Amino acid sequence: MSGFKVLQPGLLTLIQDAGRFGHHRIGLTNGGPLDMQAFKWANRLLGNPLNSTLLEVSIGGLVLASEVDTFLVVTGAEMPLKINGVEQDRWHAHRIRQGDRIELGFSKQGARAYLAVTDGFDIQHDFSSSATVSREGIGGLNGGKLQPGDYLPCSSNTKGQSFRLAEQHRPQYQDNINLRVITGYQQQAFSDVDKRMFFSSEYEVTDRADRMGYRLSGPEIKASMEGILSEGICHGAIQIPADGQPIVLLNDRQTIGGYPKIGSMISIDTARMAQQLPGSKVSFEEISIDEAHNLHCLAHVKFERTEPEDLGK
Amino acid sequence: MNIEIAGENALIIYFGEQTDPATSAKVQQSVTILETELADKLIDMVPSYASLLVIYDMLRCDHLEMRSQLRKLLGQLEETNAVSGKIVTLPAYYSTESGPDLAALAKRAQLSIDEVINIHSEIEYRVYAIGFAPGFAYLGQVDPRIAAPRLATPRQKVPKGAVAIADQQTAVYPAVSPGGWNLIGLCPTPMFDPKAEPTMPVQVGDRVKFEPISRERFIELGGEL
Repeated sequence: MSGFKVLQPGLLTLIQDAGRFGHHRIGLTNGGPLDMQAFKWANRLLGNPLNSTLLEVSIGGLVLASEVDTFLVVTGAEMPLKINGVEQDRWHAHRIRQGDRIELGFSKQGARAYLAVTDGFDIQHDFSSSATVSREGIGGLNGGKLQPGDYLPCSSNTKGQSFRLAEQHRPQYQDNINLRVITGYQQQAFSDVDKRMFFSSEYEVTDRADRMGYRLSGPEIKASMEGILSEGICHGAIQIPADGQPIVLLNDRQTIGGYPKIGSMISIDTARMAQQLPGSKVSFEEISIDEAHNLHCLAHVKFERTEPEDLGK
Repeated sequence: MNIEIAGENALIIYFGEQTDPATSAKVQQSVTILETELADKLIDMVPSYASLLVIYDMLRCDHLEMRSQLRKLLGQLEETNAVSGKIVTLPAYYSTESGPDLAALAKRAQLSIDEVINIHSEIEYRVYAIGFAPGFAYLGQVDPRIAAPRLATPRQKVPKGAVAIADQQTAVYPAVSPGGWNLIGLCPTPMFDPKAEPTMPVQVGDRVKFEPISRERFIELGGEL
C-alpha cells in the first residue's frame, strides 16, 4: 500500500470529499468542504473527479512524508507550501516522489486550505461518503481529525494530469466582507427595526466559529418567539438564539433545531465566511432568491469555463 | 399546506403547526411521494414534526419550478388516519441509579417514582423526527403530568442509552453527548449502529413503547452502568 504518512497533523486537518447527502433522515449531517470552490479547484488541477477525497487543512501546521510517486496540489487559504524545504507555488500541481517531505505552514490569509493528490486519497466510505464529521464520529480514518502517525493511502500515478491556475483567477481571502443573505421563513419573528439593524450593522467572527457554525457578535437581534417547533435546518441558515447573537450554520450543523432564523446565507458566501478567522468583521446584504440562483449558476459556469494552464505530463 | 423559502436551494413545507399524528403522517406520505417523483432533482430531505425541508439541486431546478412541483404532487394529500409504521418495544431500566433526574422529576410532578415510570411506559409514542445527532429520535407526546423543562445547565456528558424527557418529548440518547434533557433511565437497545442494517431500530412514523425492566435484565441485554 502506498500513500502519505502524517508526521504532524496540524491544528485541524480533516479528510473530506464533497459531502454526505441523502442521510439527513437518520440524523446525519453533510460534512464536506467549507470552501467548495477551493475544494473543486484542488481536484480539477489534478484532473480528478471533483468529488475525490482530499484534506481540508484549517489554520495550518501539516507535515506529510510521501511514500508514493504522484502529483499534489494545494488551494485555498495562503498557507505556505514547502516541498523538501523549498517554498512552492500553490494552485499549481507538483510532481511528488517517494521520500519527499510536504509542509503546509500557518495561514497568512484565509483559514482553510485543500491538499489533493492524483486520484484522491483512498478512504473507505461511511454512508456513501468519506467526509469526516467529528461530532458524529463518522467518515475519515476513524471519525476524527488526523493524528500523528496516520497513514493516508493513495495510488501511485506518474501519468496524472497537472495544471496551474493563473494568478488572476485565484480568490483573495479578504477581511471585512459583505455576505449575501436570502430572507424567508420566520420573517414574522423579527421586527422591521431588528431586520434593518441586522442588515446595516457590522458583526465580528467570534472564537466560537467552527465547522458546525460561525457565532458572530454584534448588535443584539430580538426574535418575537423564543423557540419554534423543531424543523429541518439548511446549510447557511442564520439562527437567532435567546442572546440575540447570530449563528450561521455550516456543514457539520445538526439537521433539526428549534431556534428562529432571520435568513439564510448563500453558499458562495458561507465559503468566503469560513475563510475568516476570529476577529474578522462581516456585514450582511439582503438579496432575492432569484439573485441567489443567478449567482450560483454564474459561479458554476465561470468555474467550468476557466481553463487552467496545462503543465503537461 | 404552506411552502416557504428556507435557503438558496431549500424550501420548507409546513403541514400544520401542531404536533399530532395526522400532520406527522402527511409529512411521512410526502417523503415517500417525493422520493419516487423528484429523486433526480432532490439532494436531501429533513422530515420533522409538522414540516418537511426539501433541498434541491439548483442547477437542475429553480425555486419556482420546485414549488409548483411540490404543490402538484402534495396539494391533494388525503387525510389518512395517521398511517403509522411498525411498533418497536424498547426496554428501559428506570431507576434513580440509571436516571439521575428521576427523583427530581417525580418530586416536581408531585408523583411517586413508580407513578412516573408507569405514566412514561404506558403511552405508545410516535417517532416525529430524527435529528440533533445520528439516530436521535424525537418521540411524542409525553403525558403532561410528567413533562419537564430542559435542565438550566445542560450536562457535558449524557450516557449512551439514556432515556430522557424534555417538555412533552422523550428520546433515547444514541451515543454519549452533551444534553439538557431530564434523564429517567437507560435503554440497552443500540439506537444507532453504522455497521448494522438497518442502522436504526426506528424510523419516522414508527410507534415506540417502553417496557420497564429490572437491573439484572438490563445487564443481561448488554446494558452498561
